[in-house]
Amino acid sequence: MNPNVKFTTGAMTPFQARRRWLTAFAAGAGAVAMAGCDKAVNNERIDATLRSAEKLTFASQRLILDHQPLAKEYGERDLSPVFRSNGSAMPAGKEYAQLLQGKFVDYRLKVDGLVQRPLALALPELKAMKTRSQITRHDCVEGWSAIGKWQGVPLSQVLDLAGLKPGARYVIFHCADNLGETADDSGLYYESIDLLDAYHPQTILAYGMNGKDLPVANGAPLRLRVERQLGYKQAKYINRIEVTDAYAHLNGGKGGFWEDRGYEWYAGI
Amino acid sequence: MTTARMPSGTTPHTAAAPTKQLVPRHSALVRVTHWINVFCFSLLLMSGAQIFNAHPRLYWGQYGADNDHAWLSVDSLQGSAGWRGVVHVGSLTIESTGLLGASKEDGALQPRGFPAWLTIPSYQDLAIGRRWHFFFAWLFVINGAVYLIGGLVRRHFRRDLLPTKAELAPAHLVHEVVTHAQLNFPKGEAARRYNVLQKLSYMGVAFVLLPLMVLTGLTMSPGLDSAFHILLDVFGGRPSARSIHFICASLLVAFVVVHVVMVLVSGVWNNLRSMITGKYEIEIDGDAK
Repeated sequence: MNPNVKFTTGAMTPFQARRRWLTAFAAGAGAVAMAGCDKAVNNERIDATLRSAEKLTFASQRLILDHQPLAKEYGERDLSPVFRSNGSAMPAGKEYAQLLQGKFVDYRLKVDGLVQRPLALALPELKAMKTRSQITRHDCVEGWSAIGKWQGVPLSQVLDLAGLKPGARYVIFHCADNLGETADDSGLYYESIDLLDAYHPQTILAYGMNGKDLPVANGAPLRLRVERQLGYKQAKYINRIEVTDAYAHLNGGKGGFWEDRGYEWYAGI
Repeated sequence: MTTARMPSGTTPHTAAAPTKQLVPRHSALVRVTHWINVFCFSLLLMSGAQIFNAHPRLYWGQYGADNDHAWLSVDSLQGSAGWRGVVHVGSLTIESTGLLGASKEDGALQPRGFPAWLTIPSYQDLAIGRRWHFFFAWLFVINGAVYLIGGLVRRHFRRDLLPTKAELAPAHLVHEVVTHAQLNFPKGEAARRYNVLQKLSYMGVAFVLLPLMVLTGLTMSPGLDSAFHILLDVFGGRPSARSIHFICASLLVAFVVVHVVMVLVSGVWNNLRSMITGKYEIEIDGDAK
């Protein structure tokens, strides 16, 4: 209520009084409903129930996507004039600065974990492998979309080169950017996908974008494209790929930077 | 009113007196799915407003982000006097401080698309908004499927919702619109059935708007888009689907407003009872018996 308005009942017409009462009632009811909703939001049992829908979404989408259909590929004329950069646009830290200064000549992609042959691949080595180019749509969880042209090596090629060990289930992407802006490594960006998505033909480690080297703002020197999921799964500034049987031991235990902050691990919707 | 037939002083003939009778109005299927739908729609609307707030701009086409043209945007501008809300629709600019773009949260104007009292949760949290939206979307879809299958099997649509040819005659439609505008509603035997405006609007909601909400919602899923490219072709792209999702939601809100007003002015308790117990009271003229 406006504190400058002096509350003088005598001067009010019955209509004004009723309107004031109704306004107060509506505001009160609104506040109660809002507090009720927020209380429900913070109720752990309700939250656990609501989270169960994620399993249903995952299971039903996997039923539909099991045969690995390809995401729609667009033409050159469909490219976004400006491809929006999101999250980190320039990783902080001396290591990345040095790599960038040296034009990523000293960059090595480490591949380890449940693999037969741990690898350390330089950019020219990645570029010498089988190449895939695709014009696809990037869908941000916020609701915007951008279309870009990506060039890179299929993740399956890298995984096959390293050779998966029995028990391998997930591929973890460790990134150079500390999006959480923490003093230690706990804020470093990371992501995880399972082997079905890892072996999808359009899942690539991209080093090129729109016909040029991948720009820093979009994840140079190497980023993930996993085309059937939302933007936060598309890890940027990848410096290590770890093959594991689980992801619960990593950071918040939910399998990714944004997953640890409440977002779904499966981001196909 | 029925008393108009009975001038004071005259004793009405008992046979001519209108009697009130409770008649079956809504089946259990319609009643149960209606209220689950009310619940789901409210929560979907509020969690949807939360999701919209994460990027309060709408585009048309295959792509759309900050640097692209938005046909609708809710902007929050910071001036010397604090936050200001402005809505842009096409070439229109509408000041909307207090409601859209800037509204009070904890006593002070904050930059946000829809106000706190319209979103779940009241504070900005996209992850929670999505969790609520998708859970109740599932419930809504299951409930809708029960309604559609049940309505087909039990011939509810054919019997109660499909307008007759006579009802669709332009003269009849005009007549119905005029009597509705005069808040003059069918009585007696005619009140047993939906009138043609009800039939058309309920069919529009059940068979056009709500299915469009589901389909455009699914078109925003990159996973489903890869399985069904046709979704992108039909709606003209994910940003277009998001726009249609928003437009249909707005039309549904408009429907709910009119629907609730009609329920209020055409006998609120009778209407509510009929949607809860199934029984609707009609007046039967003595003469008509």
